[in-house]
Amino acid sequence: MTVMTPKSGTQDTSPILSVRDLKVHFAIPGKGLFAPDRQLKAVDGVNFDLYPGETLGVVGESGCGKSTLGRAILQLIAPSGGQVAWLGKNIVGSPHREMQPLRRDLQIIFQDPLASLNPRMTIGEIIAEPLVTHKPELGKEEIKARVKRMMARVGLLPQMINRYPHEFSGGQCQRIGIARAMILEPKLIVCDEPVSALDVSIQAQIVNLLQELQREFDLSLIFISHDLSIVRHICHRIMVLYLGNVMELADRDNIYANPRHPYTKALISAVPIPDPEIERNKERIVLTGDLPSPISPPSGCVFRTRCPFAKDKCASEVPKLDRVSDTQEVACHFHDSL
Amino acid sequence: MTTNHILTVENLTTRFQTPDGEVEAVNNVNFHIDPGETLGVVGESGSGKTQIFLSLMGLLAKNGSSSGSVRYKDTEILNLPARELNKIRGVSMSMIFQDPMTSLNPYLKISKQMTEVLVEHRGMSEAEALKRAIAMLDRVGIPGAAQRVHMYPHEFSGGMRQRVMIAMALLCDPEVLIADEPTTALDVTVQAQILDLLRDLQKDFNTATVMITHDLGVVAGLCDRVMVMYGGRVVETGAVRDIYYDSHHPYTEGLLKSMPRIDHANEENLFAIPGQPPNLQNLPTGCAYQERCGYVMERCSKERPPLKAFDQDRASACFREDGQ
Ligand SMILES: Nc1ncnc2c1ncn2[C@@H]1O[C@H](COP(=O)(O)OP(=O)(O)OP(=O)(O)O)[C@@H](O)[C@H]1O
Ligand SMILES: Nc1ncnc2c1ncn2[C@@H]1O[C@H](COP(=O)(O)OP(=O)(O)OP(=O)(O)O)[C@@H](O)[C@H]1O
Ligand code: SF4
Ligand SMILES: [Mg+2]
Ligand SMILES: [Mg+2]
Repeated sequence: MTVMTPKSGTQDTSPILSVRDLKVHFAIPGKGLFAPDRQLKAVDGVNFDLYPGETLGVVGESGCGKSTLGRAILQLIAPSGGQVAWLGKNIVGSPHREMQPLRRDLQIIFQDPLASLNPRMTIGEIIAEPLVTHKPELGKEEIKARVKRMMARVGLLPQMINRYPHEFSGGQCQRIGIARAMILEPKLIVCDEPVSALDVSIQAQIVNLLQELQREFDLSLIFISHDLSIVRHICHRIMVLYLGNVMELADRDNIYANPRHPYTKALISAVPIPDPEIERNKERIVLTGDLPSPISPPSGCVFRTRCPFAKDKCASEVPKLDRVSDTQEVACHFHDSL
Repeated sequence: MTTNHILTVENLTTRFQTPDGEVEAVNNVNFHIDPGETLGVVGESGSGKTQIFLSLMGLLAKNGSSSGSVRYKDTEILNLPARELNKIRGVSMSMIFQDPMTSLNPYLKISKQMTEVLVEHRGMSEAEALKRAIAMLDRVGIPGAAQRVHMYPHEFSGGMRQRVMIAMALLCDPEVLIADEPTTALDVTVQAQILDLLRDLQKDFNTATVMITHDLGVVAGLCDRVMVMYGGRVVETGAVRDIYYDSHHPYTEGLLKSMPRIDHANEENLFAIPGQPPNLQNLPTGCAYQERCGYVMERCSKERPPLKAFDQDRASACFREDGQ
């Protein structure tokens, strides 16, 4: 198993998060009344390290396991196997009592800004909740002051503190979600499609805010998205998932300038570019077919049923994640000859 | 006046009555489309894109009403009774909806849903209609169409369902195809397949196509002309290259600049349009974009900038066109 070194400049520090062979398998009821359960391997052996101040992008198509991976890292879903080491200590299977203090450092932001906020709480109460839970020793006034400071920081008017979520637009609700995630000054935020539900003009505002907060607080981010253009902008390294398996893991510049996995190539070439000349003249790899059922994934390489380069070996042998350079790993039998 | 236009929309205004007052979702919109042409309609959520086309298809919600004129060739079709509209709707003019499940009946086999319209409008026998349905499914790339035509909608994947929708929309060889965010719910690799299909079909059938989308990349690859909407109004129109390489309206310019690009490494902050999209219920006097605009002048808060034509086939609704 190879685990890559991070972006240059952070090599001397140790990772804050190390994920090893992480698996999440769901039991799916069999089709008949007495049929045995089947397994859905949503995440099937993922490895990576994450360093302070680094953003790892997790990309791939719907159902490839991005959200499940994010939640399993935060122990919001119990992994079926593998390790998640936070600051060097494995937290998989940690009792609630030991997890509780760690939750301060580990936060999450969701895709649907409004649905993820409790409609019966004021936004002040929503943002304050983590403080009330984790730092009850702070007085009411101090908590209020911190909430107002954080509101101002994420671009919300502090005088709105007593309003309810439904009074805010999608972009503003996402700012509320970010303020809540930031209030304890965590070390890691898993951002699960944080801008997918927002208009283009608002996406840029939220992306900029996340980047500013990251620089200010030396935050690490796991940025889950199906939008490869935003990922290129915000992430230092990128992991490409397909049916719960890592296809490629590489530095941002490598993966976009020189993608090595056939799936990464297809994924990047499928993203429309907002420039008529470039978009109409670019080379494209159009995949045939649909995503196979995750309950009965293809043998060998899970991508082979849609891969334009698949050969016999791809059906019989699972390609392992090979390190092709200091900053790039690829899981394809033929990455050398493509 | 005789024109080549297959669809001509003039002064289209659509209002909704709500408990909180009237909402002007579409305001004085004018455009036309010619055979074989693809028109892209872009703009933020709530800017009126969908309601324009629901208005002209006679599919508005009960609390909505439209005024103005919509001509299909030489026939006025706005506010026609359903009985009259049904001769055109789904036959000469079809619409593909964003969520396929809203227009597919979950309890009916695809075969039934596809043959009905052919039997009714083309006078085909059941057997002929089934043959045509299978041929059309085959044409849009559904493998094993002869068997799959007998399946129910939920038995198809998202991408396949969207192909079924396209096949259904094309059954009667429409002259106008309106596609409302047909790929927004799909993965990019499947989106690429569907866009390829639409391009091919356009070549084969010379259908006039309207592509409603918020994705400026999709428009760049597919459309001939573009109409940019903001706050229920058209703020800029032009040929696709003019819009992308020489945008005039500050909103168009901002939108293009704020897109992160997959083909550029960018270390700086993204350009972000400040503020929020406008509330249609509470539009300011003057230009709807004034609060977010980097070029705002005194005049912008007093008068509404009209959509002003300049050059051939180009127009922008901004006082900067007057050079002031
Ligand atoms: N609780 C669950 N029980 C059973 N299967 C599940 C459960 N949660 C997720 N899955 C399945 O696991 C796979 C991965 O799902 P996940 O939500 O992680 O995908 P994703 O990459 O986040 O997709 P999207 O882009 O649509 O959000 C899918 O096949 C999904 O149906
Ligand atoms: N039945 C209705 N009653 C009141 N207002 C409505 C109704 N239907 C639509 N609207 C309003 O009309 C406006 C335009 O809606 P429309 O559906 O055309 O937006 P759109 O540009 O297609 O947005 P999106 O990108 O989100 O699909 C919105 O502000 C919407 O709230
Ligand atoms: S291993 Fe085979 S099927 Fe998988 S990506 Fe490489 S060539 Fe394609
Ligand atoms: Mg997800
Ligand atoms: Mg719409």
